[in-house]
Amino acid sequence: MSVASRLGVRLEPRVDVPRWMNWAVPIGSFLSALLVGSVVLLITSQNPISVYQRILERGFLDSGSLSNTLISATPLLFTGLCAAVAFRVGFFNIGGEGQFYVGAVFASGIALALGADAQSWIAIGAMILAGALGGALWAFIPGILRARFRTNEIITSLMLNYVAGIGATYLIFESDSFWRELSGTGAVFPKGKIIPLTAQWPSFDLGTLVVPFGLLLGVLVAVWLHVLQRRTRFGYEMRVVGGAPSTARYAGMRPARVVVAVAMLSGALAGLGGATDVGNFRHVLDPKGLQQSGFGYAGIVVAALARLNPLAVVFVAIILGGITNAGYALQGPDFPAGLVGTLEGLILFCTLGGEVLARYRIVLSRRRPEAMSA
Amino acid sequence: MTNSVDPKAVTAAAVAAFGISKRFPGVIANDDVNFEVRVGEVHALLGENGAGKTTLSNILTGLYRPDAGHLEIAGSPVVLDSPREAIEAGIGMVHQHFRLIPTFTVAENIALGAPRVGEGPALRMGVIEERIRELGQRFELDVDPRARIWQLSVGEQQRVEILKVLYRDATTLIMDEPTAVLTPIEAEALTSTIRSLTDQGRSVIFISHKLGEVLSVADRITVLRQGRSVATLDADGATREQLASIMVGREVERVERRGTGALPGAPVVLAVEDLSADGDRGTPALRSVSFEVRGGEIVAVAGVAGNGQRELVEVLAGLRPRTSGVIDVDGELMARADARHPIRMGVAYVPQDRLGTGLAPDLSIAENLVLKRYRRPPVARPPFLRSSVIDAEAETLMAQFDVRAPSSHTPTRRLSGGNVQKVLLAREMSGRPKVLVVSTPTQGLDIGAVATVHRLLLDAAAEGVGVLLVSEDLDEVLALADRILVMYEGTITGAVEAEQASIESIGVLMGGGAAEDVA
Repeated sequence: MSVASRLGVRLEPRVDVPRWMNWAVPIGSFLSALLVGSVVLLITSQNPISVYQRILERGFLDSGSLSNTLISATPLLFTGLCAAVAFRVGFFNIGGEGQFYVGAVFASGIALALGADAQSWIAIGAMILAGALGGALWAFIPGILRARFRTNEIITSLMLNYVAGIGATYLIFESDSFWRELSGTGAVFPKGKIIPLTAQWPSFDLGTLVVPFGLLLGVLVAVWLHVLQRRTRFGYEMRVVGGAPSTARYAGMRPARVVVAVAMLSGALAGLGGATDVGNFRHVLDPKGLQQSGFGYAGIVVAALARLNPLAVVFVAIILGGITNAGYALQGPDFPAGLVGTLEGLILFCTLGGEVLARYRIVLSRRRPEAMSA
Repeated sequence: MTNSVDPKAVTAAAVAAFGISKRFPGVIANDDVNFEVRVGEVHALLGENGAGKTTLSNILTGLYRPDAGHLEIAGSPVVLDSPREAIEAGIGMVHQHFRLIPTFTVAENIALGAPRVGEGPALRMGVIEERIRELGQRFELDVDPRARIWQLSVGEQQRVEILKVLYRDATTLIMDEPTAVLTPIEAEALTSTIRSLTDQGRSVIFISHKLGEVLSVADRITVLRQGRSVATLDADGATREQLASIMVGREVERVERRGTGALPGAPVVLAVEDLSADGDRGTPALRSVSFEVRGGEIVAVAGVAGNGQRELVEVLAGLRPRTSGVIDVDGELMARADARHPIRMGVAYVPQDRLGTGLAPDLSIAENLVLKRYRRPPVARPPFLRSSVIDAEAETLMAQFDVRAPSSHTPTRRLSGGNVQKVLLAREMSGRPKVLVVSTPTQGLDIGAVATVHRLLLDAAAEGVGVLLVSEDLDEVLALADRILVMYEGTITGAVEAEQASIESIGVLMGGGAAEDVA
């Protein structure tokens, strides 16, 4: 029974999380990410202030840059909603990536099948439905597997990302599929067929700002999701199933069905993102480009930063879109591309750290107060 | 520390606590607690849940360190930094939930972690077993050292736990709610073990919230209230009423009715015939149970936990499939296992796991109050829910059932146990049920809340609802029930009218065949 005095650091769970922390914690996390980021920048002999200034300008302020940011934000918005809605009921859908690909495959397929003669609104409507359907079907697989056999959806949905990626690659690079361009240069260099002009989604000019139709669709969907979760019977079931599954069963709900339905809803959102990618931006099924972007995984970050709130997802997607976009603009001999990725990683890291601080508090204590000698 | 009692220490207390305080975030678990356990006495620590009993026993066994105050053992101050140091100082803990390895023998469990016998690496099981037999004879703790734990009854496993601490030469034994898992007959055997311990110079700290057993077992009683030691008194001459009011800090009403019963000619609202069901492991847990409940009647199901009561209520609530049998609710047959059907037929159910099964802890009181009615009008206007209706109903029900909370939007996880139970009962009664099934409705509640819940159950019966009360608390059962069904190993071993029932007669039925074991 020794008597020594040591300083101890412990985490104690907070009895209650005060309201102001809901917004103070994410903002604080973001600011500390910038702070840590500036240390990294200093080490790489960059001037943090001028770098942040450039990010602000290139991401949001310069003429035309906000328009580019909105383009970068659109897919993140959909995959962010995909993760937010699924995580809310405890279905950890890591498969937004694959569901995004499948949505793109379905949407480009229907656009090509309808051809140039279809009316524009029919083609666009069909792409939206097809994209959502494709994503929903892809997410149905991990959903039903979990509901029926209690498989871990984190693993199944993640594995299906690779299946979807390989499948899309096969369509363009390893087969003479309907999606592949076989005439012209396409005969030599594999690429997808461009969808007809009538199926290409519009963008709206607001002065210097160009707003893609896909972003508006995403915002509408986010508002719809908010109402769904807060005001409807299904949203009520979602919240009960997510927080207390055995209570849901006790109340006569069908937790398995709710989970499968939410899995499909979540997949549909990612699939919509895939449709947007084809309709609004690439106009073609581009498996390599899709897989390099990693929108699905970035969506998980967006959802986490937004604390699974659909409306917050909109803002987070735009902020992260801006940083990504600024990254493209900043890359050059004096500015390695990796730095933007590092900054994004720091934001996620600080957010998760902030979550811990919101739920626990740090207690400093002498480990041995008023020690009695034995 | 050795076995023999140091003559100097006889005058000093075996264990004493001076000004012990321990804080946790948001709560003061112990606040200036003082008591002393004399050598050879049974000293009870009496208090409600949350009074600080568990924290105090964790401090005594070296798991927690007090923020202030100190302990003395046999007159000298000690600092206990770990459970090992507590054991070395002669303090042994008999846990409420046994810490035994089922596939090991009694001797192996006892030897586990104890100082090795003799030289060299060999485990001398023979020597260990001999020592256990010797201890067993000395303290009336009859158990075969070679038996495997899984073969033993609950009472026998508890004896192993006691032997475990005696084997480590404990001079002071802390027993945490030791009778909670025992039948009344096993509890009697425990009492005589405790007597033989104290007769031979050991001291026992007996932790409990049950007034009756504390009065019959203890020599002296220290009452804890809200973390403070508020009084120490001799058990001789103390009364239940006196202890209850010290424990709660005010006079306590005692709700009681015996056998007012169903009104003459009241219809049978629940008829169960030949009901069987499997437990979680797929083995039969409920065997051919039949009984009836009339409107306005309270029928209690008594028994030691784990004898099929949980399975019975889950089948009635549609949460567990039955393997055979018929359930008739007011003339309507219940379909296969499905939670919606019983709700629609008017079977209300207050589960034992209130926050884990009965409520969604993160949702507000108002949202929890419509948990079983959210699907239909007036709460729903598909596909939407009408928050105005939900809020208005919440205000009414909270006033009617006296739910104390900052607002109807407070998440239920922030409510006290008593208010949680009031929210549950409010919701279940608001569905105008014919049958109310309640499972251990007052477990873990403080005395004031217990009285409130009892009154709500009596109110429900007075409105003509047939109440099926499943409880392990015999005092509660005797105070409320019109008829008492006793369950043992999945069957109903007896049905007793409340007027003829006594703790003893029910106790024999609860023990099943255990009566011969003990004798």
